[in-house]
Amino acid sequence: MLLAAQQNVAQHIAFGIIAAGMIIGALRVVTTNNVVHAALWLVVVLGGAAALYLLLAAEFVAVTQILVYIGAVTVLFLFGTMLTRARIGRESDLNTPLRGIGVLVGLAIAGVTTYVLIDAFGDDQLPKDPLISSTQQVSDAIFGPYLLPFWALSFVLLAAVIGAIVLARKD
Amino acid sequence: MLINEFLLLGAALFAIGVYGVVARRNGVLVLMSIELILNSVNINLLAFSLRNNNVNGQAFALFIIAVAAAEVGVGLAIVLLIYRNKRNIALDELSEMKG
Repeated sequence: MLLAAQQNVAQHIAFGIIAAGMIIGALRVVTTNNVVHAALWLVVVLGGAAALYLLLAAEFVAVTQILVYIGAVTVLFLFGTMLTRARIGRESDLNTPLRGIGVLVGLAIAGVTTYVLIDAFGDDQLPKDPLISSTQQVSDAIFGPYLLPFWALSFVLLAAVIGAIVLARKD
Repeated sequence: MLINEFLLLGAALFAIGVYGVVARRNGVLVLMSIELILNSVNINLLAFSLRNNNVNGQAFALFIIAVAAAEVGVGLAIVLLIYRNKRNIALDELSEMKG
């Protein structure tokens, strides 16, 4: 019992640290004046998300997140930045004049969703000892009932690869 | 742990991502904001997967990660093409299709 309570406290502390880092990183992504810094802050957010997935007992998704997002997507962003930009550094024209509207829209979405979530889920607890933590069950789901979406996704990836090559080809 | 901790964090990330999509005019930064939005959705899916003891949420999260990777690839190719044609990736200057 005591051990369980301690684990719970540790989980809460870990969650608080990760959540604060993710919020700060996300705010820096949308406010910084340097595109490369934005990409690196995005790594903080994506890594925090992977840690949260571990807290949520989804270890396979966490590893996939690290491999695909931090390993591949971030590199793509850095390549995109460097291919579309003569210089690396601070810039002044990264934002539209619509920042006020953006703040309004963001605050409206945050307010409405916060109200709805607290109204709907109040003090609902997550189960302490999850029954579904094995990667085997995830693969059973993907290659069982979700086999057709999995095939469709393979074709989406193939089309995306070919499309990217065709779009970026020089001629 | 409360499920609302995860859901509220997801809501905050979603709102920040929407702000980024509205307020940024650089194509690469808009794509990054879209990644923020997709990640907030993934956090929600995994939280509900744990709450309902149902593994389908994790399968959906994996699908979303794959689609996001494809989207970034094509999106960056489009941004690269815009840069090659206009020497600029400011999205509010792309008004050729305005009626």
